[in-house]
Amino acid sequence: MNVETNGYAVIPRAHRVLDCTDLLCPLPVIHTSRAIREIEVGQILHLIATDPGAPMDMRAWSRMTGNTLLDAHEQDGVYHFYFERMK
Amino acid sequence: MSRSDPEAPKRLALIASKGTLDWAYPPFILASAAAAMGWEVQIFFTFYGLILLKPELDAAVSPLGNPAMPMKMPFGSEGFKEIDWPIPTALMAFPGFQWVATNLMKKTFETKGVATIEELREMCIDLDVKLIGCQMTMDVFGFEREDFIEGCEIGGAATFLEFAADADVSLFI
Repeated sequence: MNVETNGYAVIPRAHRVLDCTDLLCPLPVIHTSRAIREIEVGQILHLIATDPGAPMDMRAWSRMTGNTLLDAHEQDGVYHFYFERMK
Repeated sequence: MSRSDPEAPKRLALIASKGTLDWAYPPFILASAAAAMGWEVQIFFTFYGLILLKPELDAAVSPLGNPAMPMKMPFGSEGFKEIDWPIPTALMAFPGFQWVATNLMKKTFETKGVATIEELREMCIDLDVKLIGCQMTMDVFGFEREDFIEGCEIGGAATFLEFAADADVSLFI
């Protein structure tokens, strides 16, 4: 997984992939919070989720935790999020 | 002791007052999500909510007096699962029906990918959520300290209020 595009931005290589397929609220938030702490500041986490609430929830998570959402897109019912750890 | 530091983590103060399976979810879901984001969280378990601190959780759900409860089957074809079974309220009082409803809800949650109450409670403990059992309820219902998990503390109204006084979000569930 070197490059992902959504038509707007080129997403750099993710340092970690977190698969939350089939998990519902609040598990994607909890697992993402854990995973982001396991990468370095400046590194990127790629979250894969199918929870229909994830687009709203993960944006709120990004705003509240201060970790930047670099890109979010949906493909075949699967949501992809790229977060940069900020602190 | 007022929290004037704008950098201080946010605080969530919850009161969990119900012990049925359906109502056990909201406090543990909110608490685990908030704690995962770095919030300080305290849950005060009072009255029927207190049994959520027992080591073995046997929370059930009663459809009795719960007429809006959807009754869908967690198995069968997609079309079958979509049927919202019209269960007469009188039937909900039948012996064994609570057991049926509880198992249907547990099965549905499992197949949908919802964590169990036990898992959510374990996550809360791992994430340093403070679980406080209500001393007064213990006295009234005849519980002892050893009836509850080690990871909880016992306190009263003042214990909760001291924490809630500086909370950003407070909810009674």
